[in-house]
Amino acid sequence: MRRRLPAVVSVPGVAGVLVVLPFILSSYHTFLAAEVGVFFVAVLGLNILTGYTGQISIGHGAFMAIGGYTTAVMSRDHHTNLILTILVAFAICFVVGLLFGLPALRLSGAYLALATFALAISVPQLPLQWSRYLGGSGGVQSPETKGNVWIYGAAWSVSAVLFLLAWLILRGRVGRAFRAVRDSEIAAVASGVEIGVYKTLAFGISAAYCGAAGALFVIASNGFAQPDQFNVALSLQLLIGAAVAGLGSLWGILAGAAFVGLLPNISPSVPIIGSEQGRDVVYGLLVVLVMLVLPGGLAGLPARLRSLRRGLNRKSKPVKLRGSSSQ
Amino acid sequence: MERLKTADVGQVAIAVVLLAGAIALLVCSLGSTKFATSTVAGVALGLVYGSLALALVLIYQATHVINFAQGELAMFTTYIAYQLIQWGLSYWEAFFATLAIAFLLGTVLQVAVIRPVQHRSVIATVIVTVGLFILIDGVVNWIWGGSFRSLPSPFGIASYDVGGVPIEHLWVWQAGVVLAGLAGVWALFRFTKLGLAMRAAALRPASAALAGVRVEVMLAIGWGLAALLGAVAGLMTEPSQYFLDQAFMQPILVYAFAAAALGGLESPAGAVVGGIAIGVLQTLMVGYVPQITSELQLPLAFALILAVLLVKPNGLFGRRQVQRV
Amino acid sequence: MSALLELEDVEARYGPIHALHGISLAVEEGTIVAVLGPNGAGKTTTLRAVSGTVRRSGRIVFAGRALGRTGPDGAARLGIAHVPEGRGTFSELTVWENLRLGAYTRRGSIKSDVERVLTYFPWLSDRRRQQAGTLSGGEQQMLALARAFVQRPKLLLLDEPSLGLAPVLVSEIFRIVRELNDKEGLSVLVVEQNAHLALQAAQSGYVIEAGKIVLSGTSAELQADDAIRASYLGY
Repeated sequence: MRRRLPAVVSVPGVAGVLVVLPFILSSYHTFLAAEVGVFFVAVLGLNILTGYTGQISIGHGAFMAIGGYTTAVMSRDHHTNLILTILVAFAICFVVGLLFGLPALRLSGAYLALATFALAISVPQLPLQWSRYLGGSGGVQSPETKGNVWIYGAAWSVSAVLFLLAWLILRGRVGRAFRAVRDSEIAAVASGVEIGVYKTLAFGISAAYCGAAGALFVIASNGFAQPDQFNVALSLQLLIGAAVAGLGSLWGILAGAAFVGLLPNISPSVPIIGSEQGRDVVYGLLVVLVMLVLPGGLAGLPARLRSLRRGLNRKSKPVKLRGSSSQ
Repeated sequence: MERLKTADVGQVAIAVVLLAGAIALLVCSLGSTKFATSTVAGVALGLVYGSLALALVLIYQATHVINFAQGELAMFTTYIAYQLIQWGLSYWEAFFATLAIAFLLGTVLQVAVIRPVQHRSVIATVIVTVGLFILIDGVVNWIWGGSFRSLPSPFGIASYDVGGVPIEHLWVWQAGVVLAGLAGVWALFRFTKLGLAMRAAALRPASAALAGVRVEVMLAIGWGLAALLGAVAGLMTEPSQYFLDQAFMQPILVYAFAAAALGGLESPAGAVVGGIAIGVLQTLMVGYVPQITSELQLPLAFALILAVLLVKPNGLFGRRQVQRV
Repeated sequence: MSALLELEDVEARYGPIHALHGISLAVEEGTIVAVLGPNGAGKTTTLRAVSGTVRRSGRIVFAGRALGRTGPDGAARLGIAHVPEGRGTFSELTVWENLRLGAYTRRGSIKSDVERVLTYFPWLSDRRRQQAGTLSGGEQQMLALARAFVQRPKLLLLDEPSLGLAPVLVSEIFRIVRELNDKEGLSVLVVEQNAHLALQAAQSGYVIEAGKIVLSGTSAELQADDAIRASYLGY
């Protein structure tokens, strides 16, 4: 495996910082940090799908929508404990993810991406159609609202639990199977890996994670769930986060979550970058630049730096016959 | 005889269904003026979708990447046309100048931004196009944001009368210009050496290189061409809007995605046919099923696509991709 | 007189795998040279090194010109035609389009070139509009050869022409190659598993094992060599 700070050091280190942060940061900044936590869960989930099994999804915002509405509706109708709603959102989205993943097996590459795009567009329309129950464009308001510190705590606790869960899942057989699917479907099939099972499982798991993230998202939005919050832009943000994160490291996912959680929210008081027009330009530029310089995402940064230092740039490039344009 | 043996039975079935659909449209149009008007409007709209869808397919065929920025690029070039007109050019001067600028922009983007990353990872390339989407949006907002603007349309609002059926000038122009563009691209690919080289570079880059084709240059030209088709789509969509608004190409892009998926990402003809199908379905729905609000149209279009993909995972005209082990 | 193609200490890698460890060989103008050796020895890689399909180091001189970092399209323009393993025909294009592509590097009218090619492959003119992918394996191999010849190259690099073909077709292909060499003066560097056929057609040959040249000589010498006879000729 990569030589990096052993988990023994990095995980507690991060955990320690997270515990201390709310005491240092202002209320607003605590809220931002909580948002990063929400994205952490979502990006972690999407990373399992994209990074590990190589399936591209532009639709996981839909699962966040389902999770978010679950929380809002359960809280509104049954006054359910908010933490419990997160669990329910997780479970529901797991099932929905499996249900989507199954027929999605027939689709490959770009077609799958477009199918998930269809999801991202369609699901937010559902509340508008079933407006009596799901609030229409007015949204659903949960009667419970929580303070920023509570939200921060909830977000990062859930993040910690789900990170541990992901670690447990990925280090074992399942993780190996996922990676086999990504690296070479043909070889995986030939070695007896039941591709369909694992691909569908990956969908279910990633959906569940995004469901939990969606629940947290709504909690963070003063308990308010509205179709506009879960538009296509959200799904694209998640994909950007997962790609920027790269594969295989805690830091990468943290960085990816911070990238999509913080950058679009840069304070307007910052000159140029913060202005309404400048913000998009800079953000877009950064996304392009990060991918150009680090196609493996921020997780690949240490390896990239190392190889740059050694000056053997060529070795890290994949083998490619000249004249061919794409792998 | 050999040719017939290898033709897919499925392809024949699809052709038959499409033909039946076209005949049904014709018959209904002859019966009802309203139907005829809707159909013509739908075909014109569908051709615009098809133009953008073709741009997507061209890029997908060459680089196996879905270009998320295609719509915003088209929007950007439309704003450029607006600006050129502000600076004194006539509509048609601006039109052709914009096409040239779009072509240039496309090639520059491929060389500067796509080429460095396309070899390394598909997802990275896709994210780059997403980043471009955001970037272009920001740039347009920066340069032109704020005030209301509108692009003067040379087509007017008059209608022709064809046997009692009112056909707006606009539709004729939309269809005509897009068809001219499509015909040009088709002729390029079918008859010219350059077109053949581009096809070869997309099909088998390694073999094309061995024949002396500069594959990377072909890809850049492909992107330029796609940007040009997008510019046509943008300029032909704009007259239907009252104001020039940054987001106007976004729904078009979504329908173009749907059209490309419907027709099959590997099939240029499929993209155009898919576009027309979606355009006609859309206008007919608006005319006859008013319960379907404009917000619902999009998800419905995609529900349709998903249904088709379940049966034909590579789109209506897509080829089964046989993977060489 | 210097050879048409000269390789001096050429090395090539596929990422971390070192495939060629210093290959030196020469192809005299107007001759057919065979490259023999077991699977995975580096025969295909040698051809790829010449056409620039794989990154190489060392010295390669073609028609008096050092090929520095020329890639495959550059090599084609200089007059090297490479028919790769597996033929590389464009299955989705028609026979005619495949041939037209062969003429990509030629300026001006290609009519006479195509006529010439059709004299060697007369059956091709009936199949112009046929999709190349629907041709049989042997026909595709001949189409690939025809396409390479339309290029009017000085040097033909031929990789495993017999692969997957019935013996009758293979003999036919080698007959055509010999004819092209004889009548048109085409120089050929052919990689071939079928040592017998290769040495019958060629004037000289090299044997590569594990990325190095282990033996070279005229085809008569090679055919008489005991080691060759045992390992490659089967008698």
